[in-house]
Amino acid sequence: MSMTQHAEPAVETPPAPGPKESDGRTAQRSAFVRLMARPDVGVFLGAVAVYVFFLIAAPPVRDASSMANILYQSSTLGIVTVPVALLMIGGEFDLSAGVGVITSALTASMTAYQLTLNVWVGVIAALIVSLAIGFFNGWMVVKTGLPSFLVTLGTFLILQGVNLAVTKLITGNVATDDISNMDGFSSAKKVFASSFDIGGVQVKITVFWWLLFAAIATWVLLRTKYGNWIFAVGGNKESARAVGVPVAFTKISLFMLVGFGAWFVGMHQLFSFNTVQSGEGVGIELIYISGAVIGGCLLTGGYGSAIGPVFGAFMFGMVQQGIVYAGWNPDWFKAFLGVMLLGAVLINLWVQRTMTRR
Amino acid sequence: MDRSSHRRSRRLVPVVAVAAAAALTLAGCSSSSGGKKSQETGSNASAGKATTPRMTVALVTHQSPGDTFWDIVRKGAEAAAAKDNIKLIYSADPNAGNQSNLVQNAIDQKVDGIAVTLAKPDALKSVIGKAKSANIPVVGLNSGLSDWKKLGLLEFFGQDETVAGEAFGKKLNDLGAKHTVCVIQEQGNIGLTQRCDGVKKTFSGKTDVLYVNGTDMPSVKSTITAKLKQDSSIDYVTALGAPYALTAVQSVSDAGSKAKVATFDLNKDLTTAISKGTIQFAVDQQPYLQGYLAIDSLWLYKNNGNYSGGGEQPVLTGPAFVDKSNVEQIAKYAANGTR
Repeated sequence: MSMTQHAEPAVETPPAPGPKESDGRTAQRSAFVRLMARPDVGVFLGAVAVYVFFLIAAPPVRDASSMANILYQSSTLGIVTVPVALLMIGGEFDLSAGVGVITSALTASMTAYQLTLNVWVGVIAALIVSLAIGFFNGWMVVKTGLPSFLVTLGTFLILQGVNLAVTKLITGNVATDDISNMDGFSSAKKVFASSFDIGGVQVKITVFWWLLFAAIATWVLLRTKYGNWIFAVGGNKESARAVGVPVAFTKISLFMLVGFGAWFVGMHQLFSFNTVQSGEGVGIELIYISGAVIGGCLLTGGYGSAIGPVFGAFMFGMVQQGIVYAGWNPDWFKAFLGVMLLGAVLINLWVQRTMTRR
Repeated sequence: MDRSSHRRSRRLVPVVAVAAAAALTLAGCSSSSGGKKSQETGSNASAGKATTPRMTVALVTHQSPGDTFWDIVRKGAEAAAAKDNIKLIYSADPNAGNQSNLVQNAIDQKVDGIAVTLAKPDALKSVIGKAKSANIPVVGLNSGLSDWKKLGLLEFFGQDETVAGEAFGKKLNDLGAKHTVCVIQEQGNIGLTQRCDGVKKTFSGKTDVLYVNGTDMPSVKSTITAKLKQDSSIDYVTALGAPYALTAVQSVSDAGSKAKVATFDLNKDLTTAISKGTIQFAVDQQPYLQGYLAIDSLWLYKNNGNYSGGGEQPVLTGPAFVDKSNVEQIAKYAANGTR
């Protein structure tokens, strides 16, 4: 993925200075056009369109608690989509994130249960494992120069097998044991899987974490040196290195951030459902990546935002639940999902094209 | 290379130190409740061992990786193999083409018997023909109740999914349900669809179908919540697998619905939920029995020429209902992961 973009002029790709003062040739553009040319505006409009559509088509969506449910679904995707988007801006993929969530949850659950420890010990162990997986992915990519698609495809398959085999080896079953009566469970549940009452509506805590992580990511991306490094390594690795950007550090830390996101969602699943099925998580990595792409991140790297993927994940949650709220024939579910997503991506693309050309 | 390994070994010292410190700290962090320590050490069903000559049997299923249900089938098969002095070769692939390759693989290994699931019978037809011409007895289990005879299998152990669905629907009638939603966790799976169709056939109320993404639990949870909010007249959730039933219980409370939950298939946590009353009942097809009988039958055929059902009738392992009245006696087996 890093080879092709050298040939392109990569006009929108901001070099080291940051995304704001992107390109000199469009200095005369109006504030409106400049706003519309941001990577996340297309997806914002797409998300609004999908939202309004279901508001009309599915009466239950108008209920505030339905929105809380849609946001919950979006948040469990979005917490990983945000770091996946940062990684993609940094020019790499991670296909192991979906099963990585389950690896993390299994690690925490089995560490705590098998050794009869406070569940927080398991939580920390899982964090270490998740960060280590991220480090391994990043280290392999940086050291070997192989495409991250291949490296993380490898880890994806490895983790899938390890999840199953180790769980079976240790517990004798393919799901972990219930840890809900162990010490520390209730406090961990408060952090990872509780709900808040807002105006009579129960909102899941993951929604707040999701928005908080996205806000931090946006700040980092736009206001810090590290953020500039991310754009730089994704835009052109060699020139980034030439101007003194620590490419290896940036890439490895981005993979570790994805590991962090996977850990967080893994903990949510564990403390929300008490047990973990070892075969889960396959296929979810593509939803994370599509969330980031719909959110305006380029597959080639060097371009994107952290807010766009928030709307990308929201759109996924909205479409997935909206179809159910609308009560449509469920046989068509996947087809509806595909059409809606493609439509949203097209709106996104159209906005990008028309606004950046003028 | 050389230099980097030096660097690594120097780094290793603090790592070991930290690990040792962590191990010491962990000792002070043990949980006072739950966990492995409180788990009862129950013994699996095990009998003596047969003195018949060692034989090899292949069990080839359409299991997708990590499915609790198939884990129980496999445990049953392993128990029978251990008792009958059989070397069991287990393999599985949800893709019908791959599954037929696995059967071919077993034929190539010249096994003494094959037990196979017929989720997609047409795809397995030719390879089963090959097994027969190689004089390897083939028995069916779990899926393929309507096809095993056509394909010339020796015998069949399983549950008619439609019959199970019908029994489920009747039970819902008895409990006074008016409107149920049948939650399918794998779109396009024939067995799951037959269960819902069976429910629809006998249930006198309204039956809706809902598809959820079985590999993503949070998504399952919020999709069921959405359905319950979309139609508040739903008073029974019909789940088609134990983990999904447990998740549905959370959805019901999230949606502020009064719906009750019942399910097909069992596991350890589900028996707890039934005794607590959060799940009303479960229909069990006894997967352990399917695996056990399939392997044991091949042993009997080899050593005494017996075959169950006389080649005409299948051996039905379900539907068996588990509810509050009988959950206690089943719970201890479910805790071992064998029910």
